[in-house]
Amino acid sequence: MCRLSAITSSEYISPMENILSLETMKEGHDGSGLGLMLKDLGGPFKDLKDFPILSTICSNKGVEDLTAFMRSRGFAEKFSWEPAIKNVPGVERRDHYLVKVYDYPAEYRDKPKSEKEDLLMNTRLAIRKMGEPDGSIFAFSFYPDVLTLKEVGDPLQLGEFFNLDKSDIKSKIVLAQGRQNTNYAIYLYACHPFFIQGYGTMTNGENTAFVPIREFLMGRGNPGYMGYNSDSEVFTHIAHYVNRSLGYPLHYYKDVITPLKEKEIDTRSDAQAIRLLKRSLRPLCIDGPNCVIGFTPDGSVFMVQDAKKLRPGVVGGVPGKYGLMSEVCGLDSAVPQRDKSTDIFPMKYDMVIIAPGAREVTVWNQLHA
Amino acid sequence: MEPASRLDQNHKLSLKEFPYIIRWREDRCTRCGRCTAVCPVKAIEPAVNIQRTVTSEGSSPEPKVTRRLTHVVKQSTDIERYCIGCGTCALVCPTEAIFPEYNFQHKFYHFKNKGGIPYMRGGRRNDPSVSTLDKLKFTRISMLTDPALDAGRHEFRIRTLLGRNLSADHLPIKVEGDRLTVDPNVFVPPVREIYPIRIGSMSIGALSPHMWEGLAMGITYLNEVEGLPVVMCSGEGGMPPSILKSSAIKYFILQIASGYFGWDEIIHALPDMIEDPCAIEIKYGQGAKPGDGGLLQAYKVLGLISKIRGVPQFVDLASPPTHQTKYSIEEAVAKMITSMSMAWGFRVPVYPKISGTKTARAVLNNLARNPYAAALCIDGEDGGTGAAYNVSMDKMGHPIASNIRDCYLDLVKQGKQNELPLIAAGGVGKAGNLAANAAALIMLGASAVDIGKYIMQTAAGCFGDEYNRCNVCNLGKCPRGITTQDPKLYRRLDPDKVAERVVEVFKAADVELKKIFAPLGRSTELPIGMSDALGVGDKDIADRLQISYVC
Ligand code: SF4
Ligand code: SF4
Repeated sequence: MCRLSAITSSEYISPMENILSLETMKEGHDGSGLGLMLKDLGGPFKDLKDFPILSTICSNKGVEDLTAFMRSRGFAEKFSWEPAIKNVPGVERRDHYLVKVYDYPAEYRDKPKSEKEDLLMNTRLAIRKMGEPDGSIFAFSFYPDVLTLKEVGDPLQLGEFFNLDKSDIKSKIVLAQGRQNTNYAIYLYACHPFFIQGYGTMTNGENTAFVPIREFLMGRGNPGYMGYNSDSEVFTHIAHYVNRSLGYPLHYYKDVITPLKEKEIDTRSDAQAIRLLKRSLRPLCIDGPNCVIGFTPDGSVFMVQDAKKLRPGVVGGVPGKYGLMSEVCGLDSAVPQRDKSTDIFPMKYDMVIIAPGAREVTVWNQLHA
Repeated sequence: MEPASRLDQNHKLSLKEFPYIIRWREDRCTRCGRCTAVCPVKAIEPAVNIQRTVTSEGSSPEPKVTRRLTHVVKQSTDIERYCIGCGTCALVCPTEAIFPEYNFQHKFYHFKNKGGIPYMRGGRRNDPSVSTLDKLKFTRISMLTDPALDAGRHEFRIRTLLGRNLSADHLPIKVEGDRLTVDPNVFVPPVREIYPIRIGSMSIGALSPHMWEGLAMGITYLNEVEGLPVVMCSGEGGMPPSILKSSAIKYFILQIASGYFGWDEIIHALPDMIEDPCAIEIKYGQGAKPGDGGLLQAYKVLGLISKIRGVPQFVDLASPPTHQTKYSIEEAVAKMITSMSMAWGFRVPVYPKISGTKTARAVLNNLARNPYAAALCIDGEDGGTGAAYNVSMDKMGHPIASNIRDCYLDLVKQGKQNELPLIAAGGVGKAGNLAANAAALIMLGASAVDIGKYIMQTAAGCFGDEYNRCNVCNLGKCPRGITTQDPKLYRRLDPDKVAERVVEVFKAADVELKKIFAPLGRSTELPIGMSDALGVGDKDIADRLQISYVC
């Protein structure tokens, strides 16, 4: 089972904290990959919050192609960052782990946010399309204040490889996932967390309903609903679809992916609406043992799971710092000073939402909403 | 030496030409006469034979010839009285002295066109080969990467939706604060939550009153006692007014077909109806006899039927192959769907049923653009019928598997796979594998499946099979009392026993569906279109259906 570690904090933290918590949750072989997604960035990115950040892995040729491409699209480079790679046995080093901050093309600077977001997504997709056939460029995210690092290997070793303990890369929200056991020839685009227009999520558990969900999403007319090298990518896109495209409040994500039974719906004051939703979005019911942890563009962080999840995730912490983990030992590592009796193990009807700035934890109960 | 009688028997048929040959054992037969009395087609009759015995007693041969008369059971070689292989004779024989045997070398079809009238029958396509549906298997088994579910203990929700599901962006939903509300002034099409296996259209004229009653009691019990929302379609020909006006009407889908039989009664009952029917099915075609209208032969148009249908007794009731209002697909479908919807104040889902065809996608795309179309039912070539020409049954139509798959994938392309449910019919449970066939069709993209012949076979012991056994449903001579209006015959069928079997069949299928869905890890929603769970050991089928080839 993949290990998930998310931390949301009012202070800037190092992603190394997440990697250490992943390490405590390790059970057996774990070389299949690490994904880190950082939001609300500090360090060198602290003053660049309004500018989109492109996170990539490029070959030497990829860097040239990318530079030419971004120039042709009118993106002016403002800042560039690469982790100071330290060679570690067992991790195969690629040419460049390139993170670049751009200014919008002139004609987009005054456009509404949604148009800018569409531009960023379409640009990322175009880069992906350009670099995917020969593996010269992998583009993971292109959005203001979000940075993604991914590589195949053991998370702790990768932490060393990216030199994260010494790096000044910090953020207030970190999602980290370590793939465990079941994947060998891992493809970088199959590595969690996944990102689309401000939404980042990671999941554990196999997604049994993957094919119908993927087919449904691909029919929504959004070019960003693509990829699906991992069956978990759909969870990110569902969150985006429900919250951004349809404009429903975040907690309806729970109603969509794990809908109530007909009788239970009657207990809700918005029964009529969710009955309609349940029918219209029937193919998005995940129907599998999954735990989803993610963030939304406003910096809310959430955890939600299906009733079939045998080992539920856990949320706990202190005001100003909360961890959302797949195992309680990960939480012990990340926020040891918390009162453990207040830990939350979200039950089948629960969705835990932590407000931006790690201020407040809400357990939204689907049955009693 | 010249024979005493002519040897020239040309223009007569030998038993070898017949599909079933009666094996009769003289040594066992007690001459009770039951078999000849019960034979629905008079294929056997008592006859007298002269038996010549030569005996010799004493030390030197002194042959003595004796002739005596013996009674035998003789099979007719009259093509009009061919043995249908039903086996009713064997059923009633107290000494197991008689049974029909299939004759693989028969030339029955060569001769069954006397008077220039092609062979007509009931039943299904006479093709005993393994169907595509029966070749499909479920190859995605969760174990360690994903916990398999316990079919016996886990809670499963095996339900489907019948009706037009609006896409989320067309729902009249508004965001108010952090809640969603519904605008009550906007029309939302009716949607029913039903069991994904339905009893397909079989009319009250095609079925005997006892059979129909048994099925109706069975589904009512399933709904009201077992909590399984199984629904049944009336077929063409209306319904008894007592049911139309009862609350049980909600378990029924009313069918309107090109003959509009029975609709006078239905329209008259409308003001007194206390519940809405589950749905309205507009029949444009039938898998067993594509391009042909419904047919109830005169033999079956007796008292009750003539009353419900509003026609005289003993006349052939042939529905035209198309609806008379049909000038174009747009007009036919849109007009009928809208007018049927209007009759019930747009509270009842209305959908068409067509026979499996290469052109199904054209119909589908027309429906996809009609916001009132509630579903599309496609009836494949293995569907059954009460009466049709053999050529229509055996040679016309389209297999259901690829038809449903193509339609589903077409909807996927348009992103409308959840909006317009597809209902698959024709050959479900052909070889007895009801749940497996249903699950396979669901994974290919069907939202529900219909059964007909299967329920006749399992609930009432219908003799029919793909070797043309029995299949005289059209003649009103059904030896089981299933498809006849002759009280002498349908008295044999106990409606309570039929109902009991209907309940057993659905309960068993429900367990089997769970046994299939549990290892796939699915329990909350029906795995519609979960094609990655399917595999087949035939590369061509795998390619055609876009599922995995396994060996
Ligand atoms: S099998 Fe049926 S049709 Fe044939 S002789 Fe027996 S009863 Fe008659
Ligand atoms: S038993 Fe009745 S219903 Fe079955 S094939 Fe024979 S005639 Fe038809």
